[in-house]
Amino acid sequence: MKKIEAIIQPFKLEDVKEALKSIGIDGMTVSEVRGHGRQKGHKEVYRGQEYEVDLLPKVKIEMIVPSARADEVIRAVIQSARTGKIGDGKIFVYDVVDAIRIHNEERGEAAL
Amino acid sequence: MSDPVVTCSGIILVVASAGDLASRISGLQEAVQAAQSSADNAWMLASSALVLMMTGPGLALFYGGLVRRKNTLATMMQCFVLMALITVLWALTGYSLAFGEGNALVGDLRYALLRGVDGDPNGDYAPTIPHHTFMVFQLMFAIITPALIAGAFAERMKFSALLVFMTLWALMVYCPMAHMVWGKGGLLNAFAGGAIPCFDFAGGTVVHITSGVSALICALYIGKRQGYPSAAMKPHNLVLSFIGACLLWVGWFGFNAGSALGSSALASSAFVATHFGAAAAALGWIVAEWSRTGKPSVLGAISGAVCGLVAITPASGFVKPLPALVIGFAAGVICYFMVASVKQRFGYDDSLDAFGVHGAGGTVGALLTGVFATNAVNSGLKDAAGRALPLGLVDGNAVQIFHQAVGAAIAWALAAVGTFLILKITDALVGVRVSPEHEIQGLDLSLHGEEAYNFEV
Repeated sequence: MKKIEAIIQPFKLEDVKEALKSIGIDGMTVSEVRGHGRQKGHKEVYRGQEYEVDLLPKVKIEMIVPSARADEVIRAVIQSARTGKIGDGKIFVYDVVDAIRIHNEERGEAAL
Repeated sequence: MSDPVVTCSGIILVVASAGDLASRISGLQEAVQAAQSSADNAWMLASSALVLMMTGPGLALFYGGLVRRKNTLATMMQCFVLMALITVLWALTGYSLAFGEGNALVGDLRYALLRGVDGDPNGDYAPTIPHHTFMVFQLMFAIITPALIAGAFAERMKFSALLVFMTLWALMVYCPMAHMVWGKGGLLNAFAGGAIPCFDFAGGTVVHITSGVSALICALYIGKRQGYPSAAMKPHNLVLSFIGACLLWVGWFGFNAGSALGSSALASSAFVATHFGAAAAALGWIVAEWSRTGKPSVLGAISGAVCGLVAITPASGFVKPLPALVIGFAAGVICYFMVASVKQRFGYDDSLDAFGVHGAGGTVGALLTGVFATNAVNSGLKDAAGRALPLGLVDGNAVQIFHQAVGAAIAWALAAVGTFLILKITDALVGVRVSPEHEIQGLDLSLHGEEAYNFEV
């Protein structure tokens, strides 16, 4: 099993969800996060007081998928989240040791 | 040809009813007075409520939105508790110290505990409305004035210190200033034989210069917030501030038009000037900000409107609509540079710009009142022959600008010295500033044990 963690532009969330649904992935955890990579922040001015805002709002999607499907999922995320500009985000892939469904204690891929 | 008999009997009839007629005329006079009184009283009660609305929720929302989330409730509480505290003080001695006859500087205790304040008008101040109404209208001004100061020490003052400071400030700064400008026999009262005739229709000196200058002294005395100016201290919710500013704008009609003390043409004139001043100032700030930073901000627009309302306050009952536009626009531009440029240069932490808005706007308004005041709007000042005297520079009375400057200087001096002494006393009694730990935790939790936003499940 692989954990796929995608950090994307917030306004791309619906597109990504749609793309994942179309390939049959419907389990995911979504969080609103802030951060930055190479993308520069912006300036805010309140009554002349300037603030550099470099932590920008992003959305983090976490999914655990069977290892065989990982590449397919990654491609779907890339295609649906890409605008071609800096700030589109990143995808991280991790190995997952186990998964347990709490209500009936199924384990492994059966629990996904 | 008329019938002599009929004519004769008509004369007899008139003679017989002459006494009757006199009583009917006096009855009519009473009815007319009662009608005027109830019309004036209706407007003044509405105005009193509008002015209270400026503090809560107006100013509480305006200030509450400008602070960081952890200090939202504490900031609102600073406004709200003054609605309670000043009211009690007003009943005990405050009203009397401001409006009792007293001497040129401060009132006496004739109205202490509201003795003699009832449904009969007080002819010295407002002959057509109950004394109760006049007293409670003035109370609303005494509430909002100290609340304005809270913007300077937001996010770092102890609640106990606030109570001590405000009690002393209301009695030692506000009441004397109100007496000098509006009280019978006051030093600056142009309409009651003041030695220095000053025009302050609704409180440019009494409310805005005193609160604004006191705010500056507070900011300097209490010191910067931890991390200022390097740490981000963005307003946590400008939507609240927006609603608050709009409530202030509406409430200000009670503040200024209500200061006509009746529903007269003067009230209409003040209403119009108030609105025009606010509008021009919003545009003034936007223009200045847009050309300097490249973006016209919402916070700038609403701040500008408040600056215009401040500046038009002393002038509102003396100037025509177009000068009101000029006063407002000037205030919008000048106040923008005060908060965006002067404050940065000197580095004081007037957290919510109480000085930049009220001190600067109030001073601009006080001086420009001396320029634009005209007896075409307000003919209250008359010579022995009953002719209206010239008021400001536009009437040919250039010396009025000097009188306005002296009035403003007295307000500056009283506020600065009084506030410094009161801060010293407060510091000795309870300590002015919260501990660094409490400041970091936020005053909502550390002082009041609650949080503004509990969105968690």
